[in-house]
Amino acid sequence: MMIRVGEAAEAPSFQKAAFTLLDDTQLRKNVRHATDVITGKRAIVVKEQQDWQQLRSTASAIKQHTLAHLDEYLLQFEAACTAAGGRVHWASDADDANRIIVDLVKQYGGKEVIKVKTMTSDEIGLNKAFEANGIHPHETDLADMIVQLGHDKPSHIVAPALHKNRQQVREIFMREMGLSELTDEPQDLTNAARTYLRDKFLKVKIGFSGANYLLADTGGVCVVESEGNGRMCLTLPDVLITLAGIEKVIPAFRDLEVFLQLLPRSATGERMNPYNSLWTGVHKGDGPQHFHVVLLDNGRTRILADPEARQTLHCIRCGACLNTCPVYRQTGGHAYGSIYSGPIGAIVTPQLFDMQHSQSLPYASSLCGACYEVCPVKINIPEVLIHLRGRIVREQQSGANLEAIGMKAMARIFSSGRRLEAAQRLGQFGQWPFVSEGWVKHLPGMLGNWTAVRDLRPMPKQSFRSWWREREKASAKTHSKELSS
Amino acid sequence: MRISLFITCYNDTLFPDTGKSVVHLLERLGHQVEFPLDQTCCGQMHYNTGYQTEAMPLMQRFVEIFKDAEVVCIPSSSCVAMIRDHYPKMAEATGNPELIKAVDKLLPRVYELTELLVNKLGLEDVNAYYPHRVTYHASCHSLRSLHLNDLPLRLLRNVRGIDLVELQGIDQCCGFGGTFAVKNGDVSAAMLSDKLRCIENTRAEVCTAVDNSCLMHIFGGLHRQRTGVKTVHLAEILASTEDEISQ
Repeated sequence: MMIRVGEAAEAPSFQKAAFTLLDDTQLRKNVRHATDVITGKRAIVVKEQQDWQQLRSTASAIKQHTLAHLDEYLLQFEAACTAAGGRVHWASDADDANRIIVDLVKQYGGKEVIKVKTMTSDEIGLNKAFEANGIHPHETDLADMIVQLGHDKPSHIVAPALHKNRQQVREIFMREMGLSELTDEPQDLTNAARTYLRDKFLKVKIGFSGANYLLADTGGVCVVESEGNGRMCLTLPDVLITLAGIEKVIPAFRDLEVFLQLLPRSATGERMNPYNSLWTGVHKGDGPQHFHVVLLDNGRTRILADPEARQTLHCIRCGACLNTCPVYRQTGGHAYGSIYSGPIGAIVTPQLFDMQHSQSLPYASSLCGACYEVCPVKINIPEVLIHLRGRIVREQQSGANLEAIGMKAMARIFSSGRRLEAAQRLGQFGQWPFVSEGWVKHLPGMLGNWTAVRDLRPMPKQSFRSWWREREKASAKTHSKELSS
Repeated sequence: MRISLFITCYNDTLFPDTGKSVVHLLERLGHQVEFPLDQTCCGQMHYNTGYQTEAMPLMQRFVEIFKDAEVVCIPSSSCVAMIRDHYPKMAEATGNPELIKAVDKLLPRVYELTELLVNKLGLEDVNAYYPHRVTYHASCHSLRSLHLNDLPLRLLRNVRGIDLVELQGIDQCCGFGGTFAVKNGDVSAAMLSDKLRCIENTRAEVCTAVDNSCLMHIFGGLHRQRTGVKTVHLAEILASTEDEISQ
């Protein structure tokens, strides 16, 4: 089985990508502004929800329960969806899913597809597969459209074009839509997009979507969005194909009560999504007459099999962890080399994808815990990051590695108080080659990353334990003197 | 009260003055401090970097050394977080019922310094004197793992002579993150640069926190840029009196 996550295999390490991106003044300004606005709005609407913590716990419990019975709920969904006139396909990996979807489009004789709200299709590289088969995909979600027209890559889970500002969007629209006049006023930009997209909505006969939730009891599918372009894709075409990761299933329609409160507040700082589309199978004379759901594994069952990382599959793709992450806020999403960026990307990508190519990601975090605090389904991202770091270290230990040698040496030093004290004395004398004018300004190797921008005080001449011992001795002396006098 | 001090490996080695301040402060408040010399490290660096196997014996050492302590005081929120957040499942993983029970019994007696002062000893005013302009940085673990909230600020507000100024972005990570600072040196530097700007904007002479690890990182930048701003652990401020001012 070949698991693929977009183009993650060719991506440079996080450190390398971040080094370049930190120089992109415009990108950093855009990312800072956008994440500030969203986190500000989120804080207000979360504060007004009195039972927020209870909602988080409930959502987490629903997800845990569903994952523990995932096989049953998926089969239940398949049965209900089929009974309602839909067809369910099972895809074990990206290639499998691409083949199923391309075959379906060919079967209905389509040359074009209108797409909405589907990061999973980026995960499997669907647009490439479409193009290789002469099928033209049109992204209709405004931000996805900006990314597609700009020949760019998404940089955020909820707002894929968050790294672009409206001046940049104006340029892209003028160039790609062949417009000679356009201002960067939001209303003008929206009008240009509307004219461009209306044509596709009315013309293209095959729609393609992702899914926010699959409802096991009714066989229904739910997509939430802000623009209404999704509603167009879901209702106007004759054929609708939906791709969903198997973790998107929830037991029942009534569970939406929890998730439809948590998701908009976490994602965009809205109390409710402007468009909540729910459909079940096929209805004669109303909406698409052919409906297919492709259920995708692509490494998800492997995550499910790991008890310590399983919570990764709780994710409802709200992006709150990205907006609050001090690392993401500096670099933006492209540094993560995957459609899934930010803290959640740092745990999803290396688990879905071969660890070899994405092992820099679990270290792309200072473990500050801000992601866990805002996560609406309580994924303890720092805990999973540490778990994945452990896996990387265990897999690396066959080779000689300076870090591993250092860590083992430190572990030996810490194995007794006496050893620590000896090491402290050794350090106090041994540090002199690095000390100049009372400061450590240059360190060798990887430690040089510290002294690149930071000074370091040398080790003081006396450790705390040595001071303590002297003090105890002195007080024992005074004490015995007092006794003898 | 008999208070056992777990100084932490880096305070022991790099910041002995913080340890001395904790001792002076607790003794001044009428308590008896003991320092078991066998202690070394809680295992945080190993654990968080992925060397969980190496962290195991360090957890066992800690439990063995402090299991009979009345209370354990630790002047570092990240080490307390390591112990509280990870020791229970580490003990669980050993499958040793005695160790699991020992961790369970020990944890409620482990206090970060400000928790000990305010929550356990019921003190918000420790008769400190510190005539300087000071800003307080809330370290990530103190905020999001220990949930200290305003405990450190309540103590600081009662320090005589202090000119306490609010730090913008008080809850933003300084970019240290243990090995993160060297593994992702560039992003860490970008985060540090934001933090330094906020500190300088306060025009404080001193930036304080409950973790010397963050302060070492922040001071590294403050000194490299020759800002003249110092970092001082909260314990050193609280230990200062009119007779003896910590430098």
